[in-house]
Amino acid sequence: MEDHELKSIVESLLFVSTEPLTIDQLASVLAISSDRQQLAVRQRIFTVLQKLQEEYREMGRGLQLVEVAGGYQITTRPENAPWIKQLQTVRTATRLSRPALETLAIVTYRQPVTTPEIEAIRGVDCSGVLKTLLERRLIKIVGRKEAVGKPMLYGTTREFLQYFGLRDISELPPLKDLQELAQEPPELTAVAQAPSEE
Amino acid sequence: MTREPQTFQSEQLTNYRVRLPVFEGPLDLLLHLIKKDEINIYDIPIALITRQYLEYLSLMESLNLNLAGEFLVMAATLIHIKSRMLLPPDDLLEEEQEEDPRRDLVQRLLEYQRFKDAAERLRWREETWCEVFRRQSASGGNQAIEAEDEVMLSEISLYDLMEALQAVLARVPRGKVLEIAPDEVSVRERMSLLMERLEEVNGLAFEALFEGQCTRAAVIVTFLALLELIRLQLVVTQQIRLFGPIRILKASENTE
Repeated sequence: MEDHELKSIVESLLFVSTEPLTIDQLASVLAISSDRQQLAVRQRIFTVLQKLQEEYREMGRGLQLVEVAGGYQITTRPENAPWIKQLQTVRTATRLSRPALETLAIVTYRQPVTTPEIEAIRGVDCSGVLKTLLERRLIKIVGRKEAVGKPMLYGTTREFLQYFGLRDISELPPLKDLQELAQEPPELTAVAQAPSEE
Repeated sequence: MTREPQTFQSEQLTNYRVRLPVFEGPLDLLLHLIKKDEINIYDIPIALITRQYLEYLSLMESLNLNLAGEFLVMAATLIHIKSRMLLPPDDLLEEEQEEDPRRDLVQRLLEYQRFKDAAERLRWREETWCEVFRRQSASGGNQAIEAEDEVMLSEISLYDLMEALQAVLARVPRGKVLEIAPDEVSVRERMSLLMERLEEVNGLAFEALFEGQCTRAAVIVTFLALLELIRLQLVVTQQIRLFGPIRILKASENTE
């Protein structure tokens, strides 16, 4: 199979898939049996993906190829968003509320984590927020803690990575150091108040 | 919910029950107060903070807002810390008294602040990635699900609105005549009037909503109407600068 043929097939697969596809998934579709060939195919697929990415970028296409949630996905370019939203058939997500984001941040950086542990940080009941995050499949139950009452443990999902455009969790910056926080004047730490521009 | 008559002297300003749960907790309120007064979190003036906190609680109760029990627990905690700081040092217990009674609270506040910062970074990412679309599955995946139980007060917290409300109330004289407490009808009427006004102009300053209102009851009715319009997502609020002026705008179809 020629490279340009491979590139074409990969592009079709990515177009059709509703989830990001990993190189492994792409390779298995091409059903190569021998291990040696597998490795070669993986390398070729990787190269072909880079080429596609470059092409989309350089030709000023309305699409882009992104690496997200451990796989690859074709998406639209952000600058076209205003037009896309005009299409009635496109449903856009409701943004997350601040309490939801805070709770999500705690789950993200402390996972696996229990409800009481989350509530201890926020100082308020979080069951409603957790329910919403579960419904939106941004978090999931990953197990139970070996403690009294066997409370449920929460962690983030693949959809979480997609929602925030992350390749994986490590792409997120670490939590601010407590010393750092103390040094900053109040105005800087209060970035939370800035609303988005219309 | 029990309350100490001495601590909370809230006047019942309304019989109308706002269907807006207060989900930002006491730590959130404390951080708001600390930022507002530009307080050094490592040296919190406990008497000042306690007083402001209790004032807020009082106002929230007057507005008949759904207050979580945690708010009262925090009130008790603050009062306790304050009393410990007023105690003269006891020679016998000198080692114990070494520990700053505010320490635990400060730790909790700092810990919470870390996650608030992290949440803000997530918000920026969300904003970018909400502009990016991908092939949607039949059910629409994550993009179609509405947050039902969550009520978004846009980007502004309830406390910001209450700050602004306090300023307006301060300018309105307390009436000597018994005022009629706001009820469902008056709030609904005010909601319609507000929407009509917003149809005509491109946004109103928060203070402009209360123009011509000279009684506390009228001010409260307007404020409740505003909260309801926010809850119904018919209006959005905007605050460009931290603790700056608030604008109210009609929600357009493309606003989320």
